[in-house]
Amino acid sequence: MPFSIPEEELMEPGHTACHGCGATLAMRYVLKGMGEKTVVSVPAACWAVIPGAMPNRTLKVPMVYTPFAATGAVISGLRGSLDIQGKSDYNVVGFAGDGGTADIGLQSLSGAMERGHNVFYIMYDNEAYMNTGVQRSGSTPFGAETTTTPVGKERNFKKQQKKIVADLMIAQGVPYVATATIAYPEDLIRKIGNAKKISGPKFIQILAPCPTGWYYPPEKSVEVSRQAVQSGIFPLFEYINGSIKVTKPSKPISVREYVSGQKRFAHLDDNDIEKIQNTVNKRMRYLLSMEKEGIFVLPAQ
Amino acid sequence: MIMAPIADVSSRVNHTDSWRIQKPIIDYSKCIRCMICWKFCPDACIDVVDGGAIAAPSERTLKMEAPVIDMDYCKGCGICANECPEKCIEMVLDEKGED
Repeated sequence: MPFSIPEEELMEPGHTACHGCGATLAMRYVLKGMGEKTVVSVPAACWAVIPGAMPNRTLKVPMVYTPFAATGAVISGLRGSLDIQGKSDYNVVGFAGDGGTADIGLQSLSGAMERGHNVFYIMYDNEAYMNTGVQRSGSTPFGAETTTTPVGKERNFKKQQKKIVADLMIAQGVPYVATATIAYPEDLIRKIGNAKKISGPKFIQILAPCPTGWYYPPEKSVEVSRQAVQSGIFPLFEYINGSIKVTKPSKPISVREYVSGQKRFAHLDDNDIEKIQNTVNKRMRYLLSMEKEGIFVLPAQ
Repeated sequence: MIMAPIADVSSRVNHTDSWRIQKPIIDYSKCIRCMICWKFCPDACIDVVDGGAIAAPSERTLKMEAPVIDMDYCKGCGICANECPEKCIEMVLDEKGED
């Protein structure tokens, strides 16, 4: 059977990720798309502990550990250093979680994107600080229960909306912005291939479900990320220089079906679900109108 | 000149099989070799091998490469069994001392 994604494996088994981890699949597909000539930079995140204790490494490509808030700065430096050495064909990839992107690393990411280095920034979005024990992040969606937004007698679930970093990047004028999930690896790898053709900063947001923090059985990781796309919770799109292309779900499902599989949403009542469904519908309409009309951002000089 | 600590031992030295509660068993007589289990394995522990000696649903599939799960690394998450379109992977209780 011909393989639908590259056969070359740049991530080795024996790592210490949880059962059914979505983030490891994200890294596996990203490296399949990038190829051997890649340098990865990882801040404090689940991926900082997944390779294991000190003498161990799980990637076959170099991986640089950085401080939490410095991924953008470090990939800028790596790019400059590789260019001076004449290694312009190497891909420089920042691989950060949602906490290291949406909250703590946002200023260095924004700086690196504004300076226009030829780098990739991959945000694997598991919608909370999973490595330290499921604390709420800016990227946690409305309605989710985390250890810092606990639900007991009082329903203290997250009341704020998710901060969508891909939208921030489009507004900032980044030439390539895309979203992807682990349920559609062919789509993810195709988007990385398209991004490689662009010289400049590239940003890809990958939804990486987390069985430990979303409270669902580990075998459902791929299924949950597929449902996130089908329900419109996490729309897939690809933005290249002013024009956006939205992937419409082929078999749409309701938000109710998506949230019913995860215990972090177990407390939501009909009103809350209705509210989420309305937001999802509005966002889909907004994206489709952007697809028709195009997005104006200040042109690159 | 090395200016920072470098980790250079492959994580293959860590056998993660003791993490497992269930283990996947592939029924090769139903397996159509679509490699969807290989594609979605978060531990990248499904090898693709020449499957001449293993059972297959037809003559044509017998000649194809087959997925073989490396039980030294499988954590038993069950994604392969959940995603298999032919439902030919079964998760069974992995009792201690066996395999």
